[in-house]
Amino acid sequence: MTELVAEIGDPGAAVSGSPARARQVLRRLRSDRPAMAGLVVTTVLILAAVLAPLLAALEGQDTTTFHTQLLDSARGGVPRGALGGLGAEHWLGVEPTTGRDLFARALYGARISFTVAFGTLVVQLLLGVAIGLAAGFGGRWVDATLGRLIDLAISFPQLMFAIALLAIVPQSFPRPVLLMLVIGLFNWGGTARLTRGQVLSLKSRDYVAAARLSGASPARIALREILPGALPQVLTYAAILLPANMVSEAGLSFLGVGVHPPTSSWGQMLSTATTWFRADPMYVLVPGLSLLTAVLAFTLFADGLRAALDPKASLRGGR
Amino acid sequence: MTLYLLRRLGSLLVLLLVMTAIVYGIFYAIPADPAVLVCGKGCDGGRLASIHHELGLDQPITAQYWHFLEGLIVGRDYSSGPDVSHCAAPCLGYSFQTDLPVLSLIAQRLPVSLSLTTGALVLWTVTGVALGLVSALRERRLTDRLVTVFVLGGLGTPVFVSGLLLLMVFCGWLKWLDFPVYVPLTEDPVGWARNLILPWLTLTILQSAIFTRLTRTGMLETLSEDHIRTFRAYGLPERRVIGRHALRGALTPLISINAVEFGAVLVNAMLTETLFGLPGIGQLIVQSSNNVDLPVVAGLTLTAGLAVVLANTAADLLYAAVDRRVVLT
Repeated sequence: MTELVAEIGDPGAAVSGSPARARQVLRRLRSDRPAMAGLVVTTVLILAAVLAPLLAALEGQDTTTFHTQLLDSARGGVPRGALGGLGAEHWLGVEPTTGRDLFARALYGARISFTVAFGTLVVQLLLGVAIGLAAGFGGRWVDATLGRLIDLAISFPQLMFAIALLAIVPQSFPRPVLLMLVIGLFNWGGTARLTRGQVLSLKSRDYVAAARLSGASPARIALREILPGALPQVLTYAAILLPANMVSEAGLSFLGVGVHPPTSSWGQMLSTATTWFRADPMYVLVPGLSLLTAVLAFTLFADGLRAALDPKASLRGGR
Repeated sequence: MTLYLLRRLGSLLVLLLVMTAIVYGIFYAIPADPAVLVCGKGCDGGRLASIHHELGLDQPITAQYWHFLEGLIVGRDYSSGPDVSHCAAPCLGYSFQTDLPVLSLIAQRLPVSLSLTTGALVLWTVTGVALGLVSALRERRLTDRLVTVFVLGGLGTPVFVSGLLLLMVFCGWLKWLDFPVYVPLTEDPVGWARNLILPWLTLTILQSAIFTRLTRTGMLETLSEDHIRTFRAYGLPERRVIGRHALRGALTPLISINAVEFGAVLVNAMLTETLFGLPGIGQLIVQSSNNVDLPVVAGLTLTAGLAVVLANTAADLLYAAVDRRVVLT
């Protein structure tokens, strides 16, 4: 494939060990209003997810209790009252057919969503950085082989494999961990490509040559000299993977191969909501808007981080 | 050029081998037994063993994989009881669940997936390029900002959310459309299109956001290049500078983007099919994965891999044709 997808960002820009540069990046980030708004919303959402048991207790509800008395059995189990049974008792209404509390279920859904997103990110970074480092630092053949592997990892419809895998792994295996492994295993290509680019550009720097001349071993040069230089850029770009991971988790749960009931997840709620969009729109809106808000807030912040480091690479404007 | 094609073909073969081997490996490593599902309720040991034998599951995995490859290249014979049926190459085997040939299962569902993706492809290319162009020409003005909001929203909205919201508005609230039911194009073109409007829009929102962003960046970059300034200095009308010269530079990369995005499009089409209940490839893979239907999953992976590689090759060739500076090696 012709190399058309440009390396993201300017690899040279990352020699960012200097405090002055870090300050400049922070200053740019602070003056970026959408990014700061994203940060605020992200923080609130993460706090809400962490404090989910407390918040649910405050509401006086939990995720599993059925409230069938709130449902209109004549209409197939749609919640009574306007807006899906929303009120002082149930802050976001209740689920059709079961009457479980939507506020509590959405909160616990946030927990799954964020846990899987962060866990996946760890898997992606480990794999991507290791493979990228090896490709950039290894010889011609290593690079050529790993390069093709990276291309493949980027362009392959991984979700197909993921579905097959998730469908057949025994139910006893902890599901969120499995999701992290599967999503991470199939989505490390971008990180690897970026790391490789960084390594290639840092490899030819004077300080690396100096280290080599002073007799440092290749492993030492890779891990102690090059990796620290490449990492800030890689981590910044990796932030954008978080919202993508949340979408992957929701997608897999939507297809029915994610977390299993009674654990609640946004994707799973959306999948049941497909049959209720007419009778009970609230049931679509609660998980749908939760997911949208989270993805958008994470994206704005991650994009702001990226823009602060390298304005060219921003999703919003920039040229 | 010939060398390029040969090399592409070589890596294609290796890729497909690796992918199918992985699928077989995964299924072998997993304790789920497809025969139990086929056997159903009230299954006893003897019947289970005979199903194992029928499906070839009593053979070692290497032999099973070898038969799969053999079927692919020269075809293979299947015996169920006294009858022997020959499955001609390229044979992907028979579904464990339905006993239908995998190839015909895929062929049956392909029109649905193709209807969905090609229709949406046209829509998102047109919308994406138009919005990107407008946005670039009105850089930093209100239109540009609105388009940017659309891009961010579109990129951040998974298809199963945007699709549900569209359903809510157009089916539930405004009642302009019914819940989509797939109608073949050959039977009723109008019904085909009417039923596919919402799925098309769903895919378009996401993909056109990507295209808008790329067109905008490409356009801004090209407009700042020297040759464009020269054209302007010569007094070429602006319409012509943009329509003839800038647009060409900005749009060429989009060809390869469609190919790079192909995998993502497959996945999103799969989700869209599931949401709208369209009987396409996406639905087939979800079903067959849940049923541990190994031949179908292996066949689908093979087909998808083939499609991804072919799309990439086609994009490379097209790119070289449009941009003479590119030499394929």
